[in-house]
Amino acid sequence: MEYFIELLFSGLTRGSIYALIALGYTMVYGIIGLINFAHGEMYMIGAFTALIVSTVLSIYGLPLPAILILTALAAAVWAGAYGFTVERLAYRPLRNSPRLTPLISAIGMSIFLQNYVLLAQTADFQPFPALIPEFAFLEPYAAIIGATDLAILIVSALVMIALTLGIKCTRIGKAMRATAQDRKMALLVGINVDRIISLTFVVGSALAAIGGLLIASHIGQTNVFIGFIAGIKAFTAAVLGGIGSIPGAVLGSFVLGLTEAFATGYVSSDYEDVFAFSLLVLILIFRPAGLLGKATVEKV
Amino acid sequence: MKGLLSGMASLAESTLPDESVALLTQRMEPLLIVNGLVMDFGGIRALDHLDLCIHQGEIVALIGPNGAGKTTFFNCLTGLYAPTGGELLFTPDGKPPRRLNGLKPNRITEQGLARTFQNIRLFPNMTVLENVMIGRHCRTQATVLGAIFRPPATVREEKATVGTSLALLERIGLADQADELAKNLPYGAQRRLEIARALATEPRLLLLDEPAAGMNPQETLELETLITSIRDDGLAILLIEHDMKLVMRLSDHIFVMDYGRKIAEGTPEEVRHNPAVIKAYLGEEAGYA
Amino acid sequence: MALLTRTDLRQALVTGLWFMFLTFPLLVIKVDPVERTVLWRWVNLLWVGGASCGAALAVRLWLAWRAARQERIRLGLAPAATIDPFRLLRQRRVALPLLVGGALFLLVFPALFSTYQINIMTTALMYVVLGLGLNIVVGVAGLLDLGYVAFYAVGAYSYGLLHLHFGLGFWTVLPIGGLLGALFGILLGFPVLRLRGDYLAIVTLGFGEIIRLILENWSEFSRGPSGIANIARPGLFGIELSLEAAIVYLYYLMIGMVLGTVFVVNRLQNSRIGRAWYALREDEIACQAMGIDKTRTKLTAFALGATWAGMAGVFFAAKTTFINPASFTFLESAIILCIVVLGGMGSIIGVVVAALILILLPEYLRAVADFRMLAFGAILVVMMIVRPQGIVPTVHRTYALNR
Repeated sequence: MEYFIELLFSGLTRGSIYALIALGYTMVYGIIGLINFAHGEMYMIGAFTALIVSTVLSIYGLPLPAILILTALAAAVWAGAYGFTVERLAYRPLRNSPRLTPLISAIGMSIFLQNYVLLAQTADFQPFPALIPEFAFLEPYAAIIGATDLAILIVSALVMIALTLGIKCTRIGKAMRATAQDRKMALLVGINVDRIISLTFVVGSALAAIGGLLIASHIGQTNVFIGFIAGIKAFTAAVLGGIGSIPGAVLGSFVLGLTEAFATGYVSSDYEDVFAFSLLVLILIFRPAGLLGKATVEKV
Repeated sequence: MKGLLSGMASLAESTLPDESVALLTQRMEPLLIVNGLVMDFGGIRALDHLDLCIHQGEIVALIGPNGAGKTTFFNCLTGLYAPTGGELLFTPDGKPPRRLNGLKPNRITEQGLARTFQNIRLFPNMTVLENVMIGRHCRTQATVLGAIFRPPATVREEKATVGTSLALLERIGLADQADELAKNLPYGAQRRLEIARALATEPRLLLLDEPAAGMNPQETLELETLITSIRDDGLAILLIEHDMKLVMRLSDHIFVMDYGRKIAEGTPEEVRHNPAVIKAYLGEEAGYA
Repeated sequence: MALLTRTDLRQALVTGLWFMFLTFPLLVIKVDPVERTVLWRWVNLLWVGGASCGAALAVRLWLAWRAARQERIRLGLAPAATIDPFRLLRQRRVALPLLVGGALFLLVFPALFSTYQINIMTTALMYVVLGLGLNIVVGVAGLLDLGYVAFYAVGAYSYGLLHLHFGLGFWTVLPIGGLLGALFGILLGFPVLRLRGDYLAIVTLGFGEIIRLILENWSEFSRGPSGIANIARPGLFGIELSLEAAIVYLYYLMIGMVLGTVFVVNRLQNSRIGRAWYALREDEIACQAMGIDKTRTKLTAFALGATWAGMAGVFFAAKTTFINPASFTFLESAIILCIVVLGGMGSIIGVVVAALILILLPEYLRAVADFRMLAFGAILVVMMIVRPQGIVPTVHRTYALNR
C-alpha cells in the first residue's frame, strides 16, 4: 500500500513538472498554431541558469531562502528572455508561411539552443544543489514524499491557479484568448498581437524554467540533453489533454505523470520513454483532439 | 415532367432521323440521382433531404442565397464529406447505378465526376501543363517500376498524356503558357485552367463551383462558349453560380436551394417567375433582368 | 554607409546590449558546483555584444541596400534582370564540364588521398543517398518525416543480425535491407495517413525514437547498447582484401550506389508517380479530387524513401563493422532533414551539394567542427527565413511535343 502511495506522489510530481512545461506548449499552439519544438530547451535553460545563479550566490554566502527566490527569479527572467528572442528571430518572420516552415525552424532552434548551452557550459552531468530545505514535519513520511515533491506540487498548483486566473480575469488574459481565437480580428480591434504573442512565449518559457529548476533540485543533477525528452513528454501531455486548452494541458500532464509512475513502478522501468512515445503516437492517430479538445472540420 | 419527356421521346422517334433520336433519348437518361440527401455537422443540418436529378448532356445550374448549402452539396457529391443520410446514385452510359455515398474522393473521380473549387485550388508551384497532366493520373496506369525502367508502354503513355493535356490547354487558350507556373497566371486564366484539369479526368459529369466568379463580361462570354462546347462533347454539367444572366442563358434546368433544401426547380423561365425563389432572393431582384 | 540611419544604429546597439544581457549567465559564468568555483569569462560578453551588434547592422544594411536597389529599378536607373548564378549553372556549357570534372575527381579520389579521407568521403556519399531518399518523402511528397533514421537503423541491424546469426554476406543482405526498409516504411506510413503536417512530423519522430529505444532495451534481440560488432565488409568474389583495399572498394561501391540512386530518383520525379507526389505536397484535397489515391501515393513515398535508408543502413554497417543504437538518434534524422532543406526540397542536385557541404566541411575545417551541430541548427532556421526553397530550387521539366 505504501508503495502505491509512493508511486502516486511520484506520479503527481511528474505530472506537475510536465504541466509546467505543457502549459507553454499549449499556449503557443493555441495562439499561433505552432508546435514550439524549442520549448523543451527553455526547461533546460531554466535548470542551467538556476544552477549558475544558485552556485554563485551560495559562494557569496547568501542565505538559502534568498538564494531560492533569486534563483527562481533569475531562471524565469532569463528563460523568458530566451523565449522572447527565439520568437522574434525564428518564428515571427515566418508567421504567414505554410505550416511546416516554422516547424522546421523550431527544430533548428532546438538543436541550436541545445548545442549553444553545451558549448557555453558543458556536456557533462552537473550536480545540482539542493535548494529546497528538508522540512521537519515531513520526516515521518520521508519514504513516500520528500520536501522537493511537496514544493513541486505546491508551486505548480499555485502557478496553474495564477495562470488560469490571469487568463480569465485580466485584460491581457482576455487579449490572449481573443488572439488565440482569431488573430486578424484581434488585430482589427486594436490588440497589439505581436506583443501578446511575445508575452505568451515569455510566460510559457518562464513556467518551463521553473519546472527545470524544481526537477533539477529534486533529482540533484542536470545536463544539456534533458530538454528534448522532457519536451516530448510535455508535448504528449498537452496533446493528450487537447492542444490549445490550458485545463487540457494540466489534465493531460497528470494523466501522463500518473500512468508513467505506475507503469514504471509495477511493470518495467526500462521502457519508460517508449511508453510516453507510444502514447503520443496513439493519441495523435486515434484522437488528435485529445481528451478535452474538439475535432475541427476543415472548410473546403 | 418525366411523362412529358417520354411523350416527346416517342414523338421524336417517329419524326426525327436516327442520330437525333439517339441524342435526345440519351439526353434524357438520368445521370445523377440524389435522394433525400442529409448532411449534419454536429448540431447543424447543412443539407435537409435534398432531391435532385441530372440527365446526360444537360447543363444544370444550382442557385440559391449564400449559405444555402450548395458547396456543401458539392463536397458530399465528390466524397469530401460523408453524407449523414440519403443516396447519391450515379449512372453513366447505361452502366448499373453506382452508389457514391462513402466513396473516397479519388474513387468518385474515377467513376466520372470531376469538379472545380470555389476558391481556386490549383497546384500553384507546378506548371500549367503539369496541372492538367495530374488530371490524367486516374486514366493512366504507369507504375513505379515503369517509371524507373521506362518500358515502351510507359513512354507511349507519357507521350499520350502530354499530348492530351496540351490539346486541352489549346482548347482553353493556354497552350502557349504551358510552362508557366500556375500561381503566376491571372485570375481568369487560373479558373479556366482548373476546368481543363477537371476535363483531363474524362468526367461524365463536370461540377463547376462558381466558375464565373470575379470574371469580367468578356471572360464570362468565353466561359459560356467553353461550357457549351463541353456539353456538346456529351458531358453533363452542374454549376453553382451567382451570375444570373449567365445562368439563365446557359442552363437547361435550374435547381434552387435555400437552407439546405430544394425550394424550386424548372426551366430558367419557370424559375424566374417562381414566387418562392423571388422570396429567397429578396433584395437581389434587380439581378434577374 | 549613407544607407544607415541613426535609428538603425541605435537599434543595432540595443540588439547588441540585449544579447549581452541574454547570454550573460550561460556564456560568461561557468561554475563548478563541486569545487565551488566560478569562472568569469568577460571577454565572451564583448564577443557577443560585438557580433550581435554587427550582425544587426549587417542585416539592416542589406535590407536598406535592397530597398534602394528596388527603388532604382523602379525609377529605371538600374537594370532589373540580374545574373542568377543557378540559371547560369544549369546551362549546358557550364554544367557539363562541371559534372565531368566532378565525376573524374571522384573517380581518382582514392589515388590522391589517404584512407582516412576516403572514409570521410564514403560517409558523405552515404549521406547523399540518405538525403535523396528523404527528399522523396519530404521534398517531393511534402511529408515531414522526422523519424527517417528508423529505416536507416532497420537496414543496419538487418545486416548486423543476419550476419551474426546466419553468416549472410553483404550482397545477400543489401536487397533484404532495402525490402525491410520498404516494409517498415509502409508500416509507419499506414497510421499516419490521415494526419496533418505537423502531427505527422511528431508521430514519425515518435516512431523513430520508439525503434531506437527498443533496440537499446531489447537486448536479447539487438544486443542492446553494446551493439553488434565484427560485421563483415562487402566481398569481392571471395578475394581477401586488406583494410585499405576494402575501404577503397567500399568507396567505389558507394559511388555506384549514389549514381544508381540519382538515376532512379530522377526517373521517379519525372514520372506519373512523381507528379502525383508533387500534387500531394501542393494541395492534398485537390489532389484527391483529381483522382489520385492519397493513401497509395503517400505509402509509396514512405516505402520508396525508406528503401534507400534501409540500403544505406546496410552500407553503414558494412563500413563501420560495428553498430549500436546510439548511431540512430533523432539528431541523425535532423541532420538528414537539414541536408534536404538546405539543398532545396525536391532538387536532386541541391541535395547532393548540400550533403557534401554539410558533411565534408566540418571534417576539413577542424576549427569549425565543434560548432557543427550549432551550425546545423542555425542553417535550418536561417534557410527557412531567407530561402525556404533551398540553395538549388527545383527546376520544372518542360515537355516538348513533336506535333
